[in-house]
Amino acid sequence: MEAVASRPIARLDRRIFLALPALIWFLGFLLIPLFIVVIYSLATRGEYGAVTFNFSLGNYFRIFDSVYLKIFLRSLQLAAVTSISCLLLGFPVAYVMATASPRWRQILMAMVVIPFWTNFVIRAYAIKFLLSDYGLINSLGMFLHLWSEPIYFSNSAFSVWLGMVTNYIPFMILPLYVSLEKFDFTMLEAARDLGASSWNSFWKVLVPLIKTGLITGLIFVFTPALGEFVVPDLLGGAKTMLIGNLITEQFMKTRDWPFGSALSLLLIVAVLVSLTIYLTNRDSRVQH
Amino acid sequence: MLEVRNVSRTYGEAHALRDVSVTIQDGQFFSLLGPSGCGKTTLLRIIAGFEDPSQGQVFHKEKRIDNVPANRRRFNMVFQRYALFPHLNVKQNVAFGLQMKKTPSAEVEQRVSEMLSMVQMETYGTRGVTTLSGGQQQRVALARALVNRPEILLLDEPLSALDLKLRQQMQVELLSIQRRLKHTFIFVTHDQEEALTLSDRVAVMNKGRIEQVGTPQEIYEYPKTEFVARFIGSINVLGGEVGDGAADSLSFVGPGKRPFIIKASRDGSRPLPSFAKGTKVSLLVRPEKLKLLKSAPGPEQNTLEGTLKEVLYQGPITQLFVQPKETQGPVWVISQPNTAVTARKQFNLGEKVYVSWLPEDCLLLEKDGNGSGG
Repeated sequence: MEAVASRPIARLDRRIFLALPALIWFLGFLLIPLFIVVIYSLATRGEYGAVTFNFSLGNYFRIFDSVYLKIFLRSLQLAAVTSISCLLLGFPVAYVMATASPRWRQILMAMVVIPFWTNFVIRAYAIKFLLSDYGLINSLGMFLHLWSEPIYFSNSAFSVWLGMVTNYIPFMILPLYVSLEKFDFTMLEAARDLGASSWNSFWKVLVPLIKTGLITGLIFVFTPALGEFVVPDLLGGAKTMLIGNLITEQFMKTRDWPFGSALSLLLIVAVLVSLTIYLTNRDSRVQH
Repeated sequence: MLEVRNVSRTYGEAHALRDVSVTIQDGQFFSLLGPSGCGKTTLLRIIAGFEDPSQGQVFHKEKRIDNVPANRRRFNMVFQRYALFPHLNVKQNVAFGLQMKKTPSAEVEQRVSEMLSMVQMETYGTRGVTTLSGGQQQRVALARALVNRPEILLLDEPLSALDLKLRQQMQVELLSIQRRLKHTFIFVTHDQEEALTLSDRVAVMNKGRIEQVGTPQEIYEYPKTEFVARFIGSINVLGGEVGDGAADSLSFVGPGKRPFIIKASRDGSRPLPSFAKGTKVSLLVRPEKLKLLKSAPGPEQNTLEGTLKEVLYQGPITQLFVQPKETQGPVWVISQPNTAVTARKQFNLGEKVYVSWLPEDCLLLEKDGNGSGG
């Protein structure tokens, strides 16, 4: 009896043992620092950047200042535009990949992944040079007499958008591809057979069945894009303040660690909210 | 009436269908039968509208339909793996087609529950389709198609994923549903027994062509080509050539000492074939037309001498395998019903035996390119 009862426990012990390094990592480098951030967010900045632990919610009230709200909304907007652009541009790619022959699949997969072998700062600079006043695009355009004066691409919203999409689109394509690859395309034939238009086949059959990949892709893009500030700095000319810059500034320049902590937590909460939406959606699918 | 006229379908260099023409009458249970790769599924998909013919046309009620998209044809399909929507429950799956046609919801509700009770799934309405067994999914797939009252129901090997017992049960149900609704059913299968059991008419396909269209009986008893004869059931084959003819018979000169005699069937459904003397032909006899004897019968019967190789008792019948004496070809199969008469005759392995059959019970067909035994 004893041996029978102890065996599953022994097995559980062994599994925990294997997971232990990751758990320690998680505890030591994520949960404890996060707890410290929470403590700091409740403190107040003293003179010369000192920190007074007086447990006030003042930092959180400060966030609701219109200046900071505007910055936050601007970041949200950038993240949203990036996510939607990646979705619209990435979906056809994932679809083609999922329906292509195995050989073409590999080629397309390589094309999506290879840019990632380069550091993203280098990629951002590459875009900067491409778009600069006498860069490749302007030179080519003027050489072909499509336009005569250099078009001012760099440090514009367009170049920021281009950089963000370039940076994040693989995070959209890959989860979409995983979902589409598992998708049984006879479902679409079944839908058409039952009289569904292309529109209805897409929205009533394809989209619900690849929802997991869709939402995963959106979160993979939206989450990091929300805190992104390097790409907008490099390609947008560091003209606009985003939540990412704001947080860095609190820690590095203004030396207001408590406020920086509160802003960081706001960012985390924003991400958690989107994750919650994702998880509740996924649960409702499993229940079917 | 559905009419397929001279339809060909090529994929690059490969020919899936070569100049296929067939007419399917309303209310028939029509089967497309053939080995895998014969083009039967391609033909079904062209009728459904999932594929376009490379050449030729399809007509339904005298109207050309091969240029009408699948979602505008009033045909519905039961897919091989059912293709039920996993994100919808049983009722929602069945209701899908009606909702696409913007049917009022009260009517949808009523027709869906009617259809679910017809396929005996009324208590499963709110269940997720992924929790159902294969047979239950099959019923839902059938209901999902039939609820739209299709002019033609297309079935793409719908029973192939089920085990034998369930398959036989579903065959009976399919047939009774078809008889009740009187819809046209076009049924694709590679299972000849299934095709014979269910169909009013069968088209036997091979290498992108239709070899023969007929009732199950015609296909089995009077195959027009050696391929059809060999594909449906089992059959014994001898190679040889046409010998002298008489008023009501032909002779076949095979490996034996004595020529075999061929006569027209008594009901006249199969006339005497008209081959010139010397034509290379195959003689074919079904196992159940053969009799096994210990001594040679009279000259009015065709007889092949041989050695008994194997006896397999199979319940209703016994299969006996005989190696003909004059040929090195494959053994002949004789199937005998297990009755008191046959039980009295005990044969020993290795014994010298005589296989005999009536001149009306054998077929003479032009030699097939695919090579034949005997």
